[in-house]
Amino acid sequence: MSKFTQSDSKSLLSRENQDKLLNGAIWAAAGITILFLLWVVWHILSNGLSHVSWEFITGAYTRIGEASGIWAMIVSTVYMVMLSLAFAAPIGIMTAIYLTEYAAPGSKLVQVIRFCTESLAGIPSIVYGLFGMTFFVSTLGLGFSILSGALTLAMLILPVIIRTTEEALMAVPMSYREGGYALGSSKIYTIWRLILPSALPGIVTSVILSTGRVIGESAPVFLTAGMVTQIPDSVMDSGRTLTVHLYKLTQELFTQHEWDQAYATATILIVLVLALNLATKVIANRLNKSS
Amino acid sequence: MKKVIGLLTAVGLMTAPLVQAGTVTVSGSTSVAQVMEVLAENYQNTAKKHVEVQGTGSSAGIRAAKDGTSMIGMSSRNIKENELNDDTKEIVIARDGIAAAVNKANPVQNLTQEQISKIYRGEIKNWSEVGGEARPIVVVTRENGSGTRGAFEEIMDLQRTVNGHKVTAITPTAQVGNGNGMIKTIVANNPYAIGYISLGSVDDSLVALSVDGVEATDKNIAAGEYQIARPFIVLVNNKPHPNAQSFIDFIMSNDGQSIVAEEGYIRVQ
Amino acid sequence: MNTATRVQSQGLQLAPKKAMDIKEIFFHGLFLCCAMVGVLSVSTIGWFVFNEGLPAFKEAGVTEFVTGKEWLPPALYGIFPMIVASIISTAGAVMIGVPIAILTAVFLAEIAPKWLADLVRPAVELLAGIPSVVYGFFGLVIIVPAIETLFNIPAGNTLLAGIIVLAIMILPTVITISETSIRALPSVYKEGALALGASHVYSIFKVLIPAAKSGILTGVALGVARAIGETMAIIMVMGNAPAMPGSILEPARTLTANIAMEMAYATGIHSNALYATGIVLLAFIVLLNGSLLYLNRKRAY
Repeated sequence: MSKFTQSDSKSLLSRENQDKLLNGAIWAAAGITILFLLWVVWHILSNGLSHVSWEFITGAYTRIGEASGIWAMIVSTVYMVMLSLAFAAPIGIMTAIYLTEYAAPGSKLVQVIRFCTESLAGIPSIVYGLFGMTFFVSTLGLGFSILSGALTLAMLILPVIIRTTEEALMAVPMSYREGGYALGSSKIYTIWRLILPSALPGIVTSVILSTGRVIGESAPVFLTAGMVTQIPDSVMDSGRTLTVHLYKLTQELFTQHEWDQAYATATILIVLVLALNLATKVIANRLNKSS
Repeated sequence: MKKVIGLLTAVGLMTAPLVQAGTVTVSGSTSVAQVMEVLAENYQNTAKKHVEVQGTGSSAGIRAAKDGTSMIGMSSRNIKENELNDDTKEIVIARDGIAAAVNKANPVQNLTQEQISKIYRGEIKNWSEVGGEARPIVVVTRENGSGTRGAFEEIMDLQRTVNGHKVTAITPTAQVGNGNGMIKTIVANNPYAIGYISLGSVDDSLVALSVDGVEATDKNIAAGEYQIARPFIVLVNNKPHPNAQSFIDFIMSNDGQSIVAEEGYIRVQ
Repeated sequence: MNTATRVQSQGLQLAPKKAMDIKEIFFHGLFLCCAMVGVLSVSTIGWFVFNEGLPAFKEAGVTEFVTGKEWLPPALYGIFPMIVASIISTAGAVMIGVPIAILTAVFLAEIAPKWLADLVRPAVELLAGIPSVVYGFFGLVIIVPAIETLFNIPAGNTLLAGIIVLAIMILPTVITISETSIRALPSVYKEGALALGASHVYSIFKVLIPAAKSGILTGVALGVARAIGETMAIIMVMGNAPAMPGSILEPARTLTANIAMEMAYATGIHSNALYATGIVLLAFIVLLNGSLLYLNRKRAY
């Protein structure tokens, strides 16, 4: 941009040429972004897609034979997502309701709550891992388990849910509230029957965004939930999520078979992210139309 | 009411049986975990009991066994006296060598113990000093607290004293990889790297160096010729959980020890 | 937050003034309790991290800990090289990533035809959702060997590899937030500039970007936070040597990598030292958010 400031006085380049140059820079930057995106995705998919098979997805992972299916990791990932959402979603949504519908704006309490949720969002995920490993795993004695992992991740996604839900609630027109109260409905009834339904697309989006976070995290997960490659029987069992699995695989890349596994697992992860992004769009569109 | 249902589900999941009836929890050394995972799978297939193996590192394993986070702790180095307490006992389940390993493309096949030691201290920096190409040596080490690193430092005299504490003498500019696997990956992919890994996990992706002319083989370790070896230890409570005890019985049985040998480690019974 | 405050105050005034029945009180209480969970979480984490980290500061001394150059547990705990590594990798990523990201945001908001923007935007969102381990893996198999060949050095696991991976990782964050803030500008800004005879590009650089500065800064701050907090991708590509890096072509260990690598092993004061590393990391985040607040506030007046 400094080039541009000079142009105000005198410059070697005519204004027209400068415009062309800057225009070129913008296109180039966009090109670089797209290039990297395509490169990363293409590299993973082109090496991984051919090794994704039904046996790979639904097979067991074993150390005795050659079998290296990822079914146990998929199940662990699903457990982790569901359990952490079961903790964080109700709490996050109700916090957002409190902040938008109940709290006196600008009060000390609201400021404290806001400050804390924003701080929660700012804490690096490795610190969550550090905390979860000491607090949930050791101090509370939950051990390396899906439960420890889900509790840690629930804290991590709480700010995402609160913020997105809050935005959705604030976007609900005031006339809904006015109408509800004018008809004599109670506050909680108005929230339940009028405000929440119309904020639903936003709330669903917040849940999907958090699902993405849970799937994508690695360090705080293996520090709390461990990395056992078996289907967990209960939430007190340890489990390995797909992302942790990919991390462990990348540490053992010697044979072609191991490379293939790593690429295939990365492919599954990218497809999952793609599916989640599409789901956000579809749900938002459909709910927007129907309301 | 969806949220209420969600909450109820959460509560329901939490109150699900807290500890599975047959579960055995094992955690610790990543090196021991390699063979432990295979032992666990075999045991599970026969005894139908769930075994959870976590490769978290020797120090973490020792700690977990002491505070009860895991029923069994795994260590790939001798346990220091101040790490033991009265309630825990150690059992040696196997012996394992530590191989100094280089890339397959590296012409160097033999080093003296002193040369290796000097490489790790950062005193020898180029392969040409030990008979290889004129390229800088990429030194790869394990992280602090790793049992393999602890044993390697002890045997190779890579310790020094600072402020009254015994600390590592390995050059701080060495690359650090966590886990046997990461070291293997770096060495297998970099022609100028040297690393040290559990002998049981050496395969044809890299070359284990001979030390002082002695090949790194199980036989030479058993005969005491190859010096860089350490025990694989499990740590349990003096009165172990019956599930843990029966798993350990399996490990020490002939079947268990055969698996140990098959996986490339030295049986102790 | 201004609109938020307004909406809330109205919401409150609109609430029916009838006698509150038990149900209302119950739900009010329930929502309040939930809102306190966030407060409780932060306090617990904060208390825990400080409680566990302070003994290390006491043992080693704050200055020795922060400025010490040697990390030799259990004797010496100096994290200065890691602070340097964290700062350099983040700064490098920002220098490479932020200009590209802002220009891409401009591209999406102003230059690209609608059909192209509608194609690129979801792609950028996809980039944001990809787990960092996948980026680390990509860095390990593509960027690390490329650096080895390009610079003819024995090992490509270097600061530079970390910088490039982080630069790619912060792109989507900065792009999305910058684009939103450029789009949010009233159209009179651009119209005014164009009416005065400024070219389209001129109006972008002289009017739109400066006007959207606070939004762009927020995006950059979030990008910096992501870069400085990133762990696994960094461990996979940066070599993790705890020594002071002599150049960006040498391996280095960041604060986050230090915690992740040694957490499982640490006992006693060593574990305290890792918590203390976490405190230093948190201090950086607070500093970052503080300076963002300061910069944006200055603009508001």
